[in-house]
Amino acid sequence: MSLQSFINEAISPWMQEDGPDNDIVMSTRVRLARNFSNVPFPLTANKEKLSVVSNTLKTHFENQSFEQYENLEFFSMEQMQALEKRVLVEKHLISPHLVEKDLESGVLISNNEQVSLMINEEDHIRLQLYFPGLQLDRGLKEAFRFDDWLEEKINYAFEEKRGYLTSCPTNAGTGLRASVMMHLPALTLTRKMSKMIPAINQLGLVVRGMYGEGSEALGNIYQISNQITLGRSEQDIIEDLQSVVEKMIERERFARKMLVEQSALRLEDRIFRSYGTLKYSRIMESKEAATCLSDLRLGIDVGYIDHLSKTILNELMVLTQPGFLQQYAKETLNAQQRDIRRASIIRERLSLEKG
Amino acid sequence: MDCEVCHERPATLHLTNFINGKKTEVHVCQHCAQEKGYLETDEETYSIHDLLSGLFNFNSTFTNHQESNTQEATHKVCKHCGISYQQFAKIGKFGCGECYREFSEHLNPIFRRVHSGNTVHRGKIPKRQYVNLQKKRLLDDYRKELQRLIEQEKFEEAAEVRDKIKAIDQETVVEDRNKDGEA
Ligand SMILES: [Zn+2]
Ligand SMILES: [Zn+2]
Repeated sequence: MSLQSFINEAISPWMQEDGPDNDIVMSTRVRLARNFSNVPFPLTANKEKLSVVSNTLKTHFENQSFEQYENLEFFSMEQMQALEKRVLVEKHLISPHLVEKDLESGVLISNNEQVSLMINEEDHIRLQLYFPGLQLDRGLKEAFRFDDWLEEKINYAFEEKRGYLTSCPTNAGTGLRASVMMHLPALTLTRKMSKMIPAINQLGLVVRGMYGEGSEALGNIYQISNQITLGRSEQDIIEDLQSVVEKMIERERFARKMLVEQSALRLEDRIFRSYGTLKYSRIMESKEAATCLSDLRLGIDVGYIDHLSKTILNELMVLTQPGFLQQYAKETLNAQQRDIRRASIIRERLSLEKG
Repeated sequence: MDCEVCHERPATLHLTNFINGKKTEVHVCQHCAQEKGYLETDEETYSIHDLLSGLFNFNSTFTNHQESNTQEATHKVCKHCGISYQQFAKIGKFGCGECYREFSEHLNPIFRRVHSGNTVHRGKIPKRQYVNLQKKRLLDDYRKELQRLIEQEKFEEAAEVRDKIKAIDQETVVEDRNKDGEA
């Protein structure tokens, strides 16, 4: 398979679309946790009970379409290969937690890969909708409509006092987790992020690195999401998130401007060194790739590099994950082989661009 | 070095954790790391366990709350899914929707702590299942608005809102049904 057709398959169609503020916000996700009434949560339910959930969902929604979310395809965790599951994790269509499950667990995914509905993960239903750029309002509206469509066929576990009942008390009430994925290289470079994170936490929001583990934010990509789900309306929750994200966008743009004004040559040097590394390396670890890709994207955004497409960071962050590298290679690779593959796929991808 | 959770087994795992923006080192044994969820890869569970760690530790959390009785709470079992309050406290997860009712008297302090003092839902209501509850919420909102308009002496607008309330009041009342499995 050519790299171009592999990319077309690997990158979800919505990721290639333009979205508001997508020089900084890479994507918006809205997730709703829901459970069936009268069926125990996956934590305690046996196979028979769990099959009530999966069968109901398959019967009513498999191969169905809702608005632009067409042809929901079902993937069973019991039947999928480990590598196929890994690729879905890297595309964020399923969680690592779902991969560990097999009994009656699976996922419904729309044609455009904008909707994924995980079945029998921690809750019976985890509905996720993705949008390019910053689109929290639209995301919430569409998630609500989709949720209403599901509820036509399902009786949800709900109480007036605690709202939508979920397995973990941290999701009870609205079951809403709205998150925004942001590329913040200038705030990270100028060491402002570490000061901002505690302040953001105080507002009931969580900031974490999108890739990598623990405190690391590989590729300067952060995910910001709400922590509180009970006692506030969904609208209020996303308004808070929206206003914090807007402030961060403003600060990131300002930090970029200052970098360009105050240390143009050093910034340009850094960006072109990274470009060179990406263009000519033969062995590349994921951490180095992420750093260089972040620099390259910053170079495109501030105008030092003008012949590369902006989606290159989003694309290559996904494509250079271990699952994808192995899928493209069509074989299992050890860490060193992956580093070699990573370098070559990046070189190949860059050569697809003009200039 | 001893495990900082159980203080029994040697700490074989030294993990770096990121809690509320602060880098924290955790030294635990394999057993406690699993129990606390430090080894789970799911990013959400990771932060949730940070948030909940210590929360369900009744000895420290609950003794100060009059609304829960430690002894009683420990022995309570949900008759629908079989999970005990003790297990719930340990895992930090409910076994079924009925657990919310079974353990209800002990949950307020937990929700308050997890959701910044909140204990009562204020968001979406299932559209098909809870027609009445939606109506009730709408009436509450209109009545508050009416009150506000009267205080501001905006009587014309108040009359409009009053008409809306009347219209809703006159609709026939159907019981919300919510206990069946499938619709
Ligand atoms: Zn221990
Ligand atoms: Zn229960």
